[in-house]
Amino acid sequence: MDRQEIVRLAALATGDEKHEASSYSTLDVLAVLYGEVLRVDPARPDWPGRDRFILSKGHGPAAFYAVLCLRGFFPETWMPGFMTWGNPLGGHPDRTLVPGVEASTGSLGHGLALAVGTALALRAKGIVEPRVVVLTGDAELNEGSNWESILLAPQLGLDNLTLVVVDNHSSTLSLTSLDGKLGAFGWDARAISGRDHGALAGALARPPAGGPTAVVADIPDVPE
Amino acid sequence: MSVTMRRQAADTVCDLFSHDDRIAVVLSEISVEYFAPAFAHDPGRIVNVGIMEATMVGVAAGFAMEGFHPVAHTIAPFLAERALEQVKLDLGNQELGATLIGTGGSFDYGVEGTTHHAPGDVQAMLTIPGMRVLVPGHPAEVDTLLRATVGDGVLTYMRLQAVHNPEPAPAGPAQVRSLRAGGETAVLAIGPMLGRVLEATADLDVRVLYTATAAPIDRRALREVAAGVTRLITVEPFHEGTLAPQVVPALADRPARFEFIGVPRRLVREYGSPQEHDRALGLDAAGLRARIAGVLA
Repeated sequence: MDRQEIVRLAALATGDEKHEASSYSTLDVLAVLYGEVLRVDPARPDWPGRDRFILSKGHGPAAFYAVLCLRGFFPETWMPGFMTWGNPLGGHPDRTLVPGVEASTGSLGHGLALAVGTALALRAKGIVEPRVVVLTGDAELNEGSNWESILLAPQLGLDNLTLVVVDNHSSTLSLTSLDGKLGAFGWDARAISGRDHGALAGALARPPAGGPTAVVADIPDVPE
Repeated sequence: MSVTMRRQAADTVCDLFSHDDRIAVVLSEISVEYFAPAFAHDPGRIVNVGIMEATMVGVAAGFAMEGFHPVAHTIAPFLAERALEQVKLDLGNQELGATLIGTGGSFDYGVEGTTHHAPGDVQAMLTIPGMRVLVPGHPAEVDTLLRATVGDGVLTYMRLQAVHNPEPAPAGPAQVRSLRAGGETAVLAIGPMLGRVLEATADLDVRVLYTATAAPIDRRALREVAAGVTRLITVEPFHEGTLAPQVVPALADRPARFEFIGVPRRLVREYGSPQEHDRALGLDAAGLRARIAGVLA
């Protein structure tokens, strides 16, 4: 996807509280996911064969909306109405209002469990192709509920599940070696640059069978 | 002695599970052994996540997002209070149907102390818009209510207690029935309070009404069975007054007085059986009789 187009569209979203640092930290990961990795069809948002993406850290969704808009899930005219009365694009995404949004999120620490349930449900239906990708922030991992799912997913052998941690070093508590921590819980985890599209595309490619994968996308820079 | 309501709930869910591929079950270490038939039938649609109540609800919501009707089950305080935000956001706000079965309401685990008390579970669940709350009073009612509701797409909390009534009563979702004719005072018993209400009022001139639903109650049915009633006394197995938002609007245009009998809203520190708690709180038959007679006086 055209990164400059994403930036342009995200800049149209001028609400009172954009969580800009959070939004721009996810921009490259989202560009690679929706440009090169996820199989989605804007004409059929509910296509059973689609990949599922859950933005667990629902705040700062301007880049998410920009990517969905660029893929054609909704018109550009929605973007300037971000966080205003009557517009579907709120400060946190709502699955009942925005095509392409799989889960309503905002309160931190919910997306991983939703993703585990979704991955289990796909497996229960015998649908093997679609994968589930969930994105959390580093500070979001302060929430204990995440660690329940981080413990659970490998033990369920969910090889259709990928966790992307966008690590923009916003956590007050030290989370050094997130990939090491995730690896200790049984995830196939690796840390890469969160701005390197080639590295992201490689890391987010279909993982080998056996268990869930995690990609820690490091974002050391400041907001654009 | 019939089976417990908890065991009946598991048996009924297992039977529904075996006939409906849309049903998924998510457990959090409680009652796992009761669900052995479901694990044997299709282990892909049932999972025990371990001691993770918040994750249990989130995982159930994930199943619901994929079109399943999930059933999640554990002990009432850990489902309705610890995981309340997951119930609210993952299920309620996302407009997803599910059946949440909490066992051990009020003081079933009274000997365990305050951490395991759950007199406020129904009130907590009713903060979620659209939540249906079922409070069966007998294992047969558990079966009836689950068969009538599982899979209908409505977010539902079924609240179970260890003690149940000697006999089942008519108990469809939202139903309110008149079980005994009487004067201008009606006593509305909820779920497991019916048996002791019938005993307490055996020689009193009161109507006895019954519902196994805490919300939403069929208001028209309540108005019909309460025709001519000037005083309505609710007898609730949870915090007193939990039913007020259901019954008061139904009779708002009538000169009715209300009395809400239930678990008082104070911290209960004593250890003891459910029966000891009921006696101490005036919720056994003798205590109810004294309270109701006082209203009639």
